[in-house]
Amino acid sequence: MTQVMAETELPRGEAKAQHHPIRLYLVVWGWLFVLSTCSYLVDYFGLTGYLRWSLILLFMILKAGLIVAIFMHMAWERLALIYAILVPPTLILVFVGIMIFESNYTLLTRLVFFATGS
Amino acid sequence: MADMTPTHIGAEIARPAGLRGIVADWSSDQRAFKNVSWGKAMMWIFLLSDTFIFSCFLLSYMTVRMSTVVPWPNPSEVFALTIGAEKIPLILIAIMTFVLISSSGTMAMAVNFGYRRDRRKTAALMLATAALGATFVGMQAFEWTKLIGEGVRPWGNPWGAPQFGSSFFMITGFHGTHVTIGVIFLILMARKVLRGDFDHARRGFFTSRKGRYEIVEITGLYWHFVDLVWVFIFALFYLW
Repeated sequence: MTQVMAETELPRGEAKAQHHPIRLYLVVWGWLFVLSTCSYLVDYFGLTGYLRWSLILLFMILKAGLIVAIFMHMAWERLALIYAILVPPTLILVFVGIMIFESNYTLLTRLVFFATGS
Repeated sequence: MADMTPTHIGAEIARPAGLRGIVADWSSDQRAFKNVSWGKAMMWIFLLSDTFIFSCFLLSYMTVRMSTVVPWPNPSEVFALTIGAEKIPLILIAIMTFVLISSSGTMAMAVNFGYRRDRRKTAALMLATAALGATFVGMQAFEWTKLIGEGVRPWGNPWGAPQFGSSFFMITGFHGTHVTIGVIFLILMARKVLRGDFDHARRGFFTSRKGRYEIVEITGLYWHFVDLVWVFIFALFYLW
């Protein structure tokens, strides 16, 4: 009986928790279009160097943030879930650091031992 | 502590704010994720594991690209299309990005109408999402065909570093597989919504459990994640 109660209680609780106006989704959708256009224009105008890379990363992070926070409703979840899901991926940055170190070393050995370029 | 031990999931639970709230949730000797059903929590944990898989692909791509002594093919030219007389850089990828973002938009609205128990609009929006996803996969198939025709292979290509092909096929192939699975999942769930399974508590064919409109949100989580991964692939593989 308690099982049945739990099953019927949930949708109402959820409906209250994740009920947002359609307008919000349309606004976010519009922003995602604008940001995608911006990142495409970075390539279209042929920007190079640090300006290109920082703009690409900026637009990427803004888009990812909008999708996770609004479309995936992360902004309205409890902190216990937000931290459990969003903190572990930051460790990937450590992995990135390790692999940058590693690939620089590989490049160095290639340049030293295959000096003519493969 | 009495107010921290809910009798059922939908209850409003008082909790301290900030880090103390996290500690209270995790140390409550019960479920750590209050107000979130097991289905949603499990989807989030699956997505977390998928994040690591795609991260490993993108990291290995970064490693081969940084360590090669041969120049990397310029994606802006490789993925250019000639439309009319003009050669437009990266145009197909840009269109694919807009298609996928639009599918995320329709999915978000489908979730919303699901919780309003409007099953016609929910199913229609889910099918629209599936159609946009199928369009995306179709464009990807076109892109693969074009590149294979130009001689790109996992072990080499006409323009530069041979690792370009293996990174490209691995990353976009894995992402395309995810989109395809999402499309199938969406069509199955749209059928259930349209039939009114979640209004009449019809038991599932495989699990014999009653479904809830929450499954639309869980399907949506998966779909938005696929879009999210594309954001990173677009930035790091195509634009970099």
